[in-house]
Amino acid sequence: MLAIEPLIQLIDLGKEYISQGATIVALNDINLEIFSGDIFGIIGMSGAGKSTLVRCINFLEKPTTGTVVLDGNDLSLLSEKEIRKLRQNIGMIFQQFNLLMQRNVEDNICFPLEIAGVKADERKKRSQELLEIVGLSDKAKSYPSQLSGGQKQRVAIARALSTNPKILLCDEATSALDPTTTSSILSLLKEINKKLGITIVIITHEMSVVERICDKVAIIDNGELAEQGSVENVFSNPKTDAARKLVYHNNNAVMEMKGKRCIRIVFDGKSSFEPVIANMILECRTQVNILFADTKDIKGKAFGQMVLQLPEDSIQADKIINYLKNNKMIVEELIDYVN
Amino acid sequence: MLTETMINEIINGTIATLYMTIFSTLFSYLFAFPLGIALVITRKDGLYPLLGVNKVLDAIVNLGRSIPFIILIVVVIPITKLIAGKSYGPTATIVPLVIAAVPFIARLIESSLLEVDNGVIEAAQSMGASIPTIILKVLIPEAKTSLIVGATIATGTIISYSAMAGAVGGGGLGDIAIRYGYIRYQTEVMMVTVILLVIIVQILQIIGMKIATKTDKRIRN
Ligand SMILES: Nc1ncnc2c1ncn2[C@@H]1O[C@H](COP(=O)(O)OP(=O)(O)O)[C@@H](O)[C@H]1O
Ligand SMILES: [Mg+2]
Repeated sequence: MLAIEPLIQLIDLGKEYISQGATIVALNDINLEIFSGDIFGIIGMSGAGKSTLVRCINFLEKPTTGTVVLDGNDLSLLSEKEIRKLRQNIGMIFQQFNLLMQRNVEDNICFPLEIAGVKADERKKRSQELLEIVGLSDKAKSYPSQLSGGQKQRVAIARALSTNPKILLCDEATSALDPTTTSSILSLLKEINKKLGITIVIITHEMSVVERICDKVAIIDNGELAEQGSVENVFSNPKTDAARKLVYHNNNAVMEMKGKRCIRIVFDGKSSFEPVIANMILECRTQVNILFADTKDIKGKAFGQMVLQLPEDSIQADKIINYLKNNKMIVEELIDYVN
Repeated sequence: MLTETMINEIINGTIATLYMTIFSTLFSYLFAFPLGIALVITRKDGLYPLLGVNKVLDAIVNLGRSIPFIILIVVVIPITKLIAGKSYGPTATIVPLVIAAVPFIARLIESSLLEVDNGVIEAAQSMGASIPTIILKVLIPEAKTSLIVGATIATGTIISYSAMAGAVGGGGLGDIAIRYGYIRYQTEVMMVTVILLVIIVQILQIIGMKIATKTDKRIRN
């Protein structure tokens, strides 16, 4: 039987920085294999070493120890020039999009092709194809400053794909985007992975991102690889402290309700209560605790009242109140209902 | 009132001022641009870190910037004679003007290039761009607006330096202002030259700023 070679191999990878005389161990002895066609998530808290790790994959950062093997090429054995050549086949997108602000969308997408020495008419053709893939055909002549965050990230994705790379590295690509836009960008990445067969490495600090699109996940904690495996296995049965911290910290199901603010909402038959509460939770992306409910469903109309305990975060709490008020609910804040 | 010869002299002075300014600016940029780029890329966090080189360049620029221009003119007279053949008149004045302006403009260029977002540079590196490509296609184009503003400031400064050179026979409007206005008490000559200098600087400012904003694609429109 023929063993399948991994596309990306991190072997005993270590990275140290010297900063003001002190040595910072950003990565320590990381061993990781990523296979062709995977959507591989790398998750960890801020400062865990995720960006350093992803920058080592294309040697933007030279590892202090160990090496990276891409498609059988040991990067530490390649010359500077060979590495630049190789980078042309690895797309990368970033949290802050990093578009050239003085170039329009089309010229941004053409930039990697310019570097690769592709002819102008071919570049133009390719950028039109890519704009179609990311759904921005009408924005070819716009400048980045005229686009929304989600649109900018789409341009960045198109740019990263222009040279037909085998690998797409994403460093917190959705962290600057709102939930709806995040969702659409993740769908786009999934589609790209399926249609073009590109291997995607996703760096994030958000569980939800990994849950949405990754097949496999590695957890990085304090520069070390804490755990790796299939997303279901790692998330349903976290074995290490680091994994548990991440899984539970990010998971709403075990979030404690510590908020002191409570509201009474009255159903006067104008609405059906189930959609109102469910929609509010979906819309506000938060939890409420139902402390008391006395409601009747009469021919699909809701009558009665309900007392909700709001989340501790006052912005979230206000969001809930506003949502309910905007949906014509009678909302009354209760003082000292819980203590 | 001004006599006809006086008027002719002022016209020639204006031409001489423009001549000195244009050529000094051009020659200064010829030297300052590579110097500014070198200052940026040899920094510790630059594209091509060379700390020793960076320190030396930095020291030279600081030294050049700290010598008062009027003294510099005198100090560099031997060099001026060597290059221009004489030490007075508009053409000779270009030499000290360039020597004084290069460190100043190099700093302006350095600070413009440093404004370019590191993330964009990192993106270009991730695409496999070489250092020359990054300089020519990322650093300079992305810093364009700031570089144009810098050039406007630089030209204005060179005009005022050229006027200062008038004190030692540098030619141009400054020379006229000193010869007639200061030494011979012809106040109206001085007034006219000052007004002309102000007008030239103003026109330059307006044009420079117009170009800078017109070409800046970061502005929504
Ligand atoms: N260029 C650098 N110089 C010094 N320390 C650095 C540098 N880059 C990163 N670090 C340090 O390495 C650690 C990991 O950083 P990073 O990879 O950016 O983490 P993450 O992306 O997971 O938030 C942090 O402690 C950070 O301060
Ligand atoms: Mg990071």
